Amino acid sequence: MKVGLWGTRGSLASPGADTVRYGGNTSCVSIEGPEGTWLVLDAGTGIRNLGYNLPSGLKRVDILLTHLHMDHLQGLPFFAPLRNPEVETHIWGPASTMLGLKARLQRYVSPPLFPVSVRDLSPMLHFHELSIDMVEIGEFCVVSQLIIHPNPTVGYRVMHKNKAVTYLPDHEPMLGASTFPRSPEWTSGYALANGADLLIHDTQYTLEEYQARIGFGHSSMVQAFQFAALAEVKHFVPFHHDPAHSDDQLDQMITDAVQAITPDFEVTPGLEGTILNL
Amino acid sequence: MAQQEVEVILARHLAENLALPIFIIDPQGNLIFFNEPAEAVLGLRFGDTGLLPASEWSTMFEPVDQDGKPIVPEELPLMIAMTYSHPAHKGFWIKGLDKKMRQIELTAFPIIGQSGRISGAVAIFWEVPA
Repeated sequence: MKVGLWGTRGSLASPGADTVRYGGNTSCVSIEGPEGTWLVLDAGTGIRNLGYNLPSGLKRVDILLTHLHMDHLQGLPFFAPLRNPEVETHIWGPASTMLGLKARLQRYVSPPLFPVSVRDLSPMLHFHELSIDMVEIGEFCVVSQLIIHPNPTVGYRVMHKNKAVTYLPDHEPMLGASTFPRSPEWTSGYALANGADLLIHDTQYTLEEYQARIGFGHSSMVQAFQFAALAEVKHFVPFHHDPAHSDDQLDQMITDAVQAITPDFEVTPGLEGTILNL
Repeated sequence: MAQQEVEVILARHLAENLALPIFIIDPQGNLIFFNEPAEAVLGLRFGDTGLLPASEWSTMFEPVDQDGKPIVPEELPLMIAMTYSHPAHKGFWIKGLDKKMRQIELTAFPIIGQSGRISGAVAIFWEVPA
């Protein structure tokens, strides 16, 4: 599996001199299988660049949305395969009791918020709803589960043979918990992350910032490290960086967390443009 | 170790932050959590018991009706909520492990998630002042 980070920022795209290394595009990760299956995790602004870097002749691409907050959707209408009638695009996302996935996407991708409607994007667009599921997509087995984040939000575990990548970009497993970390049985996201070869996880805040934003649905850097340790992952990528955090601040946050937790797993900072081979 | 569904985890987190006695069962009827206010009424600590099978917790408090007649597990509100997927309420008497009889009112509701999946049930109860 080849994992690409096309957008690692959370909440709002934040280009600028201070964010050049970690990048300013919002959440988008690609997973390419050895047999040519392409999965796209979330459709933040990073998906635009990904769209121009897919192999020519690709016939199908699957986009797995964790949830429908703007920073995970904003790039969708700019995804090049949606303008190519030769490419079949499948969009997977969390189910809701109130409205279907397509109808909920339509709320954003339609006038007056956007000039084009979802139904006009591509005739080869298909929608699939998920909550707690296991589906086969090409050579991958994808497991989804609901996780703690406002509005229905799923996390994903993408498996290929004996390798697993877990993607939890927006996640607050410590919300309301009397202690954290606590036992695996009572930790949101644990089943998805347990033993993963690679965990990409929300690290939006410092501990101090988290105290002022409890319930916003995000983790602090240190809490995410604690979650990764609890889940006994092999490799961890801090992700979904706060728009206010500069490259230097993010370096320092990761350094501080490594010193505090002394992880026994590999840590790779979530820099836009990073490619990881599993 | 298996992980509880996220709705159940959130229910526990809420229970930990409330002053009302609450307990939570899983779809098999096992008592998987009760909070500190519930500990005071039941006379035992969750930290000591851990998970209690349905056959154990539904009889260990010796629930009886106003006539002193034992209430079978299937008639307890939590079991009704779990079995029939609707809220249930009942007033009855229990004997805590401290051997004191207490009159309680108990309301239970099923935890039905986004896709209609039932992942457990929650009971909120309170002791009726003597």
